[in-house]
Amino acid sequence: MNPQPQANTLKNLDEVRAMIKRHKLNDYIFSIIGLLCLMVGLLTLLTLFIDLILSGYPKLLSASFYTDFPSRRADSAGLLSALVGSSLVMLVTFFSAVPMGVMAAIYLEEYAPKNWFSDLIEINVSNLAAVPSIIYGLLALGLFVYILDFGQSILTAGLTLGLLILPVVIVATREAIRSIPIAIREAAYAVGATKWQVVYDHVIKYSFGGILTGVIIGMARAIGETAPIITIGALTFIAFLPPSPITTAAPFLNFEWLSSGFTVLPIQMFSWLSRPSEAFHVNAAAAGVVIILVTLLMNGFAIRMRYKMRKNIKW
Amino acid sequence: MMTTTTPVKAEARNLSFFYNGGNHALKGVNMPLYENKITALIGPSGCGKSTFLRCFNRMHDLYPGNKYEGQIVMHPDNTNILEKSVDPIEVRMRISMVFQKPNPFPKSIYENVAYGLRVRGENNKRMLDDKVEEALKGAALWNEVKDRQQDLAFNLSGGQQQRLCIARALATDPEIMLFDEPTSALDPIATANIEELMSELKNKLTILVVTHNMQQAARVSDYTAYMYLGELMEYGDTDTIFTRPTRKETEDYITGKFG
Ligand SMILES: Nc1ncnc2c1ncn2[C@@H]1O[C@H](COP(=O)(O)OP(=O)(O)OP(=O)(O)O)[C@@H](O)[C@H]1O
Ligand SMILES: [Mg+2]
Repeated sequence: MNPQPQANTLKNLDEVRAMIKRHKLNDYIFSIIGLLCLMVGLLTLLTLFIDLILSGYPKLLSASFYTDFPSRRADSAGLLSALVGSSLVMLVTFFSAVPMGVMAAIYLEEYAPKNWFSDLIEINVSNLAAVPSIIYGLLALGLFVYILDFGQSILTAGLTLGLLILPVVIVATREAIRSIPIAIREAAYAVGATKWQVVYDHVIKYSFGGILTGVIIGMARAIGETAPIITIGALTFIAFLPPSPITTAAPFLNFEWLSSGFTVLPIQMFSWLSRPSEAFHVNAAAAGVVIILVTLLMNGFAIRMRYKMRKNIKW
Repeated sequence: MMTTTTPVKAEARNLSFFYNGGNHALKGVNMPLYENKITALIGPSGCGKSTFLRCFNRMHDLYPGNKYEGQIVMHPDNTNILEKSVDPIEVRMRISMVFQKPNPFPKSIYENVAYGLRVRGENNKRMLDDKVEEALKGAALWNEVKDRQQDLAFNLSGGQQQRLCIARALATDPEIMLFDEPTSALDPIATANIEELMSELKNKLTILVVTHNMQQAARVSDYTAYMYLGELMEYGDTDTIFTRPTRKETEDYITGKFG
C-alpha cells in the first residue's frame, strides 16, 4: 500500500470539513436574521391585538354590547346595528361577486380565445385587485348612488364591495381551474364531452375548494373595508334595524332591506374612536377585536374547507 | 394472404400535421387500420407517434393553431373525420382513447366508467349499471372492484387504474380504440394483463397502439408501422417487420442498434 495518497485524502477531508463549516455559518446567520424579521411582524401584530383586547375587554364580555344600538352614552352603546349591517352587506357582496367572478373566470380560462385581447384583460384583472379601495367608493358613488339611484343603501354598499373583491374571486378561481391537470381534461374530452360538460362535470367540481377559499379571503377583506363605505355615505349613528329579509307571511322573503340605510363594523369602530370621551374608546377597541376575530374565523374556515376539499383529490 | 381479405376500418391518406408553432410533425403519412386487428406504432422518441394517434380523435383540436392536412377516412361510411364539417365530438364518440399515464377522474369507480354514457345523456340507472358491469368485465377489472364500485378511483393500484381507464373507454362501444403507450407506467404483471386484454378486445373493435417496447409490439400486434421524423418508414404485418424488414433503419431500430 502506498501511504502517500492516504495522507493526501485525509488532509483534503479536513479542508473539506473546514469549508463546509464556513459555508454553514451562513445558514446560522440567515436563520437568525429571518427569525428576527418574522418576529418583528408577528410581535407587532400580536401586541396590537392584545392591547385591543385589554382595552376593550369590559365591553367584549358583556352580552348587551352585542344587542344594543349605538347610544350617546358610552356604557349603553352597542354593536347591534353594525353587526346586522355588516352581515347584510356581506350577503349582497357574496351574491354579486361570486357568480360574476366565477363565471368570468370560467369564461377566461375555458372559452376565451387566446390572443392579445385576452392577455390585455388578464393583465387588467390583476391590476384591478391593486386599485385603492377608495377609488371603488368614488366609482360606486357615481354609478350606484347618482346614476342608478340605489341610494346610500345596503344594496349600494354590497355591490361596491362586490366589485372590490371581484378581481380576487376571478384570480382565485382561475388559479383553481388551472391546477386541474391537462390529463384529466383530455380524459373527459376523449369520451366525447362538450366544453360545457367538461366545465360543469369536472372543472367546477374539482376547483370548488380553491374557489371557496378565494371567495372567503375576499369577503374577509371586504368586511374590514371602511373607505369605500364612507365614500358612498354610510350612516355612523343608526338606531334601527333594516326590515327583516325573512317574513312570516308568504312569500317569506322581503327585499326592502336592500334600500335601507345602514352602518358596518369598521365604521362603527371609527365613529367611536373619533369621540373625545375615553369611555367610547373602550367600545372602539372591543369593536376592533370583533372585526379581527370575524376575519380570523373566516380565514380559518377557508383553510379548513380547502383541506377538506382537497383530501379526495390528489394531484 | 390475410391482408387482402380483411376489411379496412380506417385509413390515413397523405396525412400531414402542423403544431401551432409551425412544427411539421407528420409528413404525408399513408396507413390503413384493419378491422379487428391491432396495429402497433413504433419509432424513436419524438418521431410523431403520439401526434399521429391523437389525430384519430381530433385531440389536437383542443389547442389553438394546430393544423391537419390530408384525410383520415373511416369505413364503412367513408367519412373523412378530419373534415371541418365533422364535429370532433362525433369523432370522439366513435373512437376512444387510453392515455399513457392512468388518468381517472377524482370520482368513484362507477362514475368513471359511466361518464362516457352520461355524456351521451344516458341516465337510466339500470342501463348504466349493466353497461358499467359489462365494461368492467371487458377490462378484466370486475372481479377486483365489483363490491366497491362507489370507492374513489384514486384508491386503485396503477395497473387497476389503467384498466379502469380502458373500461371507461370501452363503455361507449367505440369502433376504434387508441392506446398511447398504455403500459409504460406499469409493472410486468400489470403489463401482461393489459396486453392480454387488448388481444381480447380486438374481437370487438379495431386497435391502434403506440409502444416503445419491441417485445410488446411483436407480442400483441398484427401489423406494425415504423415511424421516423414524422414519416412512415415502413409498414407491414408484424411477422414480416420483425423478421424481414425491408429497410435497414427499421432493422436497426428493432434490434436496438438505434433509438
Ligand atoms: N404541443 C406541441 N407543440 C409543438 N410541438 C410538439 C407538441 N407536441 C409534440 N411536439 C413535437 O412534435 C414531434 C412529435 O412528437 P410526439 O409527441 O408525437 O412524439 P412521440 O413519437 O410520441 O414521442 P415519444 O415516444 O417520446 O412519446 C416532436 O418533435 C415534438 O417535439
Ligand atoms: Mg408519445
